[in-house]
Amino acid sequence: MKNTGTLKVTTPTDREIVLTRIFDAPRHLVFDAFTKPELLKRWFGPRGWSLVVCEVDLTVGGAFRFVLRGPDGRDLGMRGVYQEIVPPERSVHIESFDDYPGADSQVTAVFTEREGRTTLTATVLYPSREVRDAVIRSGMEHGAAESYDKLAELLALAA
Amino acid sequence: MQAHAPGLDATFAALADPTRRAILARLAAGEASVTELARPFNMSQPAISKHLRVLERAGLISTSRDAQRRPRRLEPRSLADANEWLERYRRLWEASFQRLDALLDELKTQQKRKRTKRGNRR
Repeated sequence: MKNTGTLKVTTPTDREIVLTRIFDAPRHLVFDAFTKPELLKRWFGPRGWSLVVCEVDLTVGGAFRFVLRGPDGRDLGMRGVYQEIVPPERSVHIESFDDYPGADSQVTAVFTEREGRTTLTATVLYPSREVRDAVIRSGMEHGAAESYDKLAELLALAA
Repeated sequence: MQAHAPGLDATFAALADPTRRAILARLAAGEASVTELARPFNMSQPAISKHLRVLERAGLISTSRDAQRRPRRLEPRSLADANEWLERYRRLWEASFQRLDALLDELKTQQKRKRTKRGNRR
């Protein structure tokens, strides 16, 4: 599929998670999809979950509020504040989940465009390794049991 | 899952260092002694031994019972746990991004149509 797709997830330090993904679209569209509520509602969230609340004040110091509703009717709320906005190339925000009060993480999203395609690099910085690992663990509970790839892939990913 | 958590914390901490990841990559090719491991890294044996202790405590490697060389070898189980964890996190987001792919295709088509319309009016 035109060499897009295939999200990469790495843990370059013990407080970070870095997501890298190529999209087959110019970056102003990708940036819009990450910041406009009517677009976010159409893709954001794990399979089977929907974004029932999505409010975004896209200004420096502006807040956003998301509520994801799961297939079992459970709500998962998150909120945040924008610290930097440079459309369509960069945004930095602080976010936290209602379930983890005080465990704020900082998300730096960088959008680079090449030949009509956009690479997103999102770096999530957690206050501690414990918080980061707890968040990944809770994310896993929402996902279905899936097969995992071989040792070599992790080493290639981590190297 | 909860019972595995302390082990996973140690695993991720051990994996956070580039030298330790390089050591694991080397051991993926086969067991090696401390001397053999120290050579490509241009590091002293005590420095390498320190990294090896962290990896061993995290359950990522073990020491074979060959009394002379005491070669280290990879313990794939613990890496597989860490891998499984990250892989599920990855799949969670990938599902979301696949919906985004479809949305972006739609937005591109809309944009093209708008441009064509504008072109026709001229």
